[in-house]
Amino acid sequence: MNKLPPYATLGQRIWHYTFLLICGLIFFFLIFPIIIIIPLSFNAQNFFTFTPEMLALDPAGFSLKHYADFFNNADWQNALRNSFQIAPVATLISVTFGTLAAVGLSQSHVPFRGAIMAVLISPMIVPLIISAAGMYFFYSRIGLQGTYLGVVLAHAVLGIPFVIITVTATLVGFDKSLTRAAANMGAGPVRTFFKIQMPLILPGVVSGALFAFITSFDEVVVVLFVGSAGQKTLPWQMFIGMREQISPTILAVATLMVAISIVLLTTLEFLRRRSERLRGMSPG
Amino acid sequence: MSDSSPVLAADGRPLKASLNHALRRQKIRALLLIAPLLVFVLITFIAPIGDMLFRSVENDIVSNTIPRTVVALDDWDAASGEMPDEAVFAALALDLVDAVAAKRHTQLGARLNYELSGMSSLFRKTGRKVKKLDMEAPFQPQFLAIEEDWGDPQIWVTIKANSSKYTAGYFLNAVDLQNGPDGIERRPENQRLYIKLFLRTILLSVTITLSTFLLGYPIAFLLANLKARTSNILMILVLLPFWTSLLVRTSAWKVLLQQQGVINDTLVWLHLVADDNRLELINNATGTIIAMTHILLPFMILPLYSVMKTIPITYVRAAKSLGATNWTAFWRVYFPQSVPGIGAGAILVFILSIGYYITPALVGGTSGTFISNRIAYHISSSLNWGLGAALGAILLALVLVLYGLYDKIVGIDNVKLG
Repeated sequence: MNKLPPYATLGQRIWHYTFLLICGLIFFFLIFPIIIIIPLSFNAQNFFTFTPEMLALDPAGFSLKHYADFFNNADWQNALRNSFQIAPVATLISVTFGTLAAVGLSQSHVPFRGAIMAVLISPMIVPLIISAAGMYFFYSRIGLQGTYLGVVLAHAVLGIPFVIITVTATLVGFDKSLTRAAANMGAGPVRTFFKIQMPLILPGVVSGALFAFITSFDEVVVVLFVGSAGQKTLPWQMFIGMREQISPTILAVATLMVAISIVLLTTLEFLRRRSERLRGMSPG
Repeated sequence: MSDSSPVLAADGRPLKASLNHALRRQKIRALLLIAPLLVFVLITFIAPIGDMLFRSVENDIVSNTIPRTVVALDDWDAASGEMPDEAVFAALALDLVDAVAAKRHTQLGARLNYELSGMSSLFRKTGRKVKKLDMEAPFQPQFLAIEEDWGDPQIWVTIKANSSKYTAGYFLNAVDLQNGPDGIERRPENQRLYIKLFLRTILLSVTITLSTFLLGYPIAFLLANLKARTSNILMILVLLPFWTSLLVRTSAWKVLLQQQGVINDTLVWLHLVADDNRLELINNATGTIIAMTHILLPFMILPLYSVMKTIPITYVRAAKSLGATNWTAFWRVYFPQSVPGIGAGAILVFILSIGYYITPALVGGTSGTFISNRIAYHISSSLNWGLGAALGAILLALVLVLYGLYDKIVGIDNVKLG
């Protein structure tokens, strides 16, 4: 939005500022629900709104008791542990298979590329409830339903489209003569991959991994169906908490999760900038 | 070099063959790299989807549990309006003795109960008395003595109609139809549920798509036309909700929209609403629309933004210098160029919202739930898996059609994240 020119008419001025106001309100709508839960999570009462003490900024109105509850409650701790046992393993599987396949897909002659791509992207397109239903049916047949392995495999496959998309995106700008040069100097394919290709596509791989991690860490529909009580994850516990009697501990958990997403977002932004910088430097 | 002798490669083979060989090796190498993932996705994802589609038509429980009866019923004319003859009852007696021994008669009853209510109790009751049947005497009167309903031809019509290995019954049920005596007919008024639910899902998704468009367009326009430094900072306000856990955002709305929540409190404090007349913003369609508009808004803004970024601002200036008003320049020059972005964003938001489960389940109450919630109900509570699978198959078909459209407009390869 450029600055108003000095010759703008009154009507134009009014419209300009109205437009900015509208945009401001929409930004407020976007960010307000996420920001508001942070102060609410420090509520000393079991209310979901600001108490008069809080509005008066009286220290007695604030407390960490909901956080204490989160860290002392066995259910929540169990869920936290499960989440951290499932997400990294699922991420590892999707990144390993996904990067390998993305390298394959970016070669110049791949038969059935369109069909293969459609299959690999499909976990992102199919509504989660349908994936969950199908996995529930099929995994019960092969004995994976209600097991740790079943949940990990399900989450891994849900993360794959993100890895494929981010890694192929970095490979698009990849200069093929670099691998040829490496081969020319006697490096084998494996060595070329790890010494030449991998460092250059690393930002794409890492952001794919972050996407895969957050997919698993945030996923609730599939784990509800494929998992059993032993695999109760953090989102699952939140889902139950909200369905039954909603306790303010959820706000504390939510605040912690917002903190996690801020960290992830910052990392991703950093990676994006780095990758842009690297590409700006590489010739061609 | 003459035309007749082929060009040779360094190793003495014809160059053409050598190049073909190299190309084939390249293809095989690419496929070998892709193969592990492809196999993985096929087993962990495509097979489950296939299994679900299979279950939506699978129907072997009748023919497996009472096979002799099914064969005997072949000779019975369903249109006669009379109960079958002794041969059928004799077959049923033998089948039921086996079924009760294997404890499968209750499953059969539950399955047939989806088609005709009362079947479940009929089979349970008969199953309890099957041991006392006199295997020498005629069976027909004995069955009628256990339960008069066995004389009702409707029972037999239902059994016969479900005796084939595959059925369209679940799909018919999913669109409020049923197999009646005279072919396919509509279900009774009070059992018509799913068409309404599908329509509601579509209507709510359209509303959500529309509101994300109305809110997303100005933001994308602003971000695309600001200086890079400012727009990067404002972009964080879009990306932070995008990266925040879905459950966090849903719980935030659940807290905010409550009758005793922050929004109602503020409205009361501003004297916009009376204290005893607080707005009902949650556990209804309003709650679903508000929360899902917020959750899906980034999915509208990001594609719009990436398209608007490519529209040269000079076009609008040219239009203005040719005498167009601000509005004409926007509407006739800028807006048409942003249509691809609108298409991409709208289809994306619509695809995502039509299959949503968590948010409607938590803030939707009864009037704001989607077809997905019904699918989940059939799979985990009512255990009518076939119907759940059929509803899922219809939803899947809908999404795939839209996805095909999306692929035409945007292309799968052009999907960008973040």
